[in-house]
Amino acid sequence: MKEIEVNTTTINFGPQHPAAHGVLRLVVELDGEVVERAEPHIGLLHRGTEKLIEYKTYLQAVPYFDRLDYVSPMCQEHAFALATENLLKIEVPQRAQYIRVIFAEITRLLNHLLNIPAYAADIGAVTPFLWCFEEREKLLQFHEAVSGARFHAAYFRPGGVHQDMPEGMEEKLNEHFKTLPKFIDDLEDLLTNNRILRQRSVDIGVISKQEAIDWGCTGPVLRSAGVAWDLRRSQPYDAYDKVDFEVPIGKKGDCFDRYLVRIEEMRQSISIIQQCLTQIKSGEISVIDNKITPPKRSEMKQSMESLIHHFKLFTEGYRVPEGQTYNAVEAPKGEFGVFLASDGSSKPYRCKIRAPGFAHLQTLDFLSKGHLMADIAAILGSLDIVFGEIDR
Amino acid sequence: MLEDLKKISDLSSIENKKIFYQAFFKKENILQILNELKDNELFSFDQLIDITAIDYPSREKRFEMIYIFLSMKKNKRIILKTSINENESIDSIIQIFKASDWYERECYDLFGIKFNNHPDLRRIMTDYNFEGHPLRKDFPLTGHNEVRYDDVEKKVIYEPVKLAQEYRDFDYTSPWEGMPEGINDHNE
Repeated sequence: MKEIEVNTTTINFGPQHPAAHGVLRLVVELDGEVVERAEPHIGLLHRGTEKLIEYKTYLQAVPYFDRLDYVSPMCQEHAFALATENLLKIEVPQRAQYIRVIFAEITRLLNHLLNIPAYAADIGAVTPFLWCFEEREKLLQFHEAVSGARFHAAYFRPGGVHQDMPEGMEEKLNEHFKTLPKFIDDLEDLLTNNRILRQRSVDIGVISKQEAIDWGCTGPVLRSAGVAWDLRRSQPYDAYDKVDFEVPIGKKGDCFDRYLVRIEEMRQSISIIQQCLTQIKSGEISVIDNKITPPKRSEMKQSMESLIHHFKLFTEGYRVPEGQTYNAVEAPKGEFGVFLASDGSSKPYRCKIRAPGFAHLQTLDFLSKGHLMADIAAILGSLDIVFGEIDR
Repeated sequence: MLEDLKKISDLSSIENKKIFYQAFFKKENILQILNELKDNELFSFDQLIDITAIDYPSREKRFEMIYIFLSMKKNKRIILKTSINENESIDSIIQIFKASDWYERECYDLFGIKFNNHPDLRRIMTDYNFEGHPLRKDFPLTGHNEVRYDDVEKKVIYEPVKLAQEYRDFDYTSPWEGMPEGINDHNE
């Protein structure tokens, strides 16, 4: 038998590694320092969310969505709320639609304000991390003001939102988003023309238009490859058809383009929020149907019927007509979809969660082939991997 | 597009559900249907969004497979469904959509559905050496095994699940006027 000399080294990257963005175990085959194969082992954060949801009522299922991609909670509640509303055949009031869009965009800002500095930190810049966390904290205060929680908000509920924005909130939002563009300029000063950032990200992890489509990439990864596809534009939901915004696209589809697309998306998000704030009018914040949304506390003190509705909603929950649907939103990371099958009871029969990161991480082997080991950290960072949604 | 879809003889009960089309097919025809839907200019469903299944233990064919595709050119989605039994397998679509790799692995892991010609059909979500398929309806919510770190043996050990309190499943179903009949008549 002929002996073949094998020159590759296999190393184990993660699951405890700061650049693995959570609990990624990566088996990397190296020839010298060049990556031959990178095989992700996922599932270390698998909590059985889909199984658990089958045993919860529709309302009880909402908080699980905060815990998927835990840096962009509200966008995921949005997908679930839209799917449930689609099965219930209800439409939420105007004000609720605007509030949802405002908070979905705040969530997008939160996500990008974490991803960009985390990516920069992966390839050597620490200062943006500290700067962005200060900005994130300011935005999280808005989350807290409407829902009481900074992260796990459970704010978007089937039928509308949980409660109205507190008084004076619109002015505060207006005020804040006047100053935020300045911060993004500062952040860009620090990063965009930085020599080290460019050396580490230009021409790294290139994906072409066709490849991005074939691999199921969505969101900034797809747009950086030059495909102008944004669900907010092409399949608008809630109030997105009433606002004007641009869809930034990249030219090359490398790590640097993905970074630039995210920076520009933040600017567009601010513009969307500002437009919403001028258009939003007072009104109801959820459907006025006590079979789906709970009655007001004040009514419960007066009306027996309200009391019964409240009791039934928080024990049995509402029943959803039999049927199946798939609804998707443009989450900060890409297309986040919920496939919901109802059997007519008050609990989902099956709830499949389509996480954008799952498709993106799958491309890692393809993206990192032929690059150096150190580039894996850059590629991972630029794909915006969060294990909560991938492992579910 | 609905008319064009109806011309594909292998698809049955095609419906337009506003945000997506829905159609059923026989599992033997999967590859030719997907080739047609992907390559034909009329459809160009060239992006695979998701593959999943639903378990209906009472049905003759237990699993309903769900394939979701997106056509960016036509701005349409399609959901394809087929039924498959517990001991049957279905052709892998990895030759046509390479993104199907992990989705099929996930389906195999959580439902136990086998895909023919898949190059690497391993578990993906569950633990190494896991037994059973968690998303089947007959798999208990608590699972079978739990893990803990044993201080004496100095390693992580697996043992059968012990619950301090029985899992409680309250049955709230009552003749309350729920959905959908009573949906709007409380205002009158």
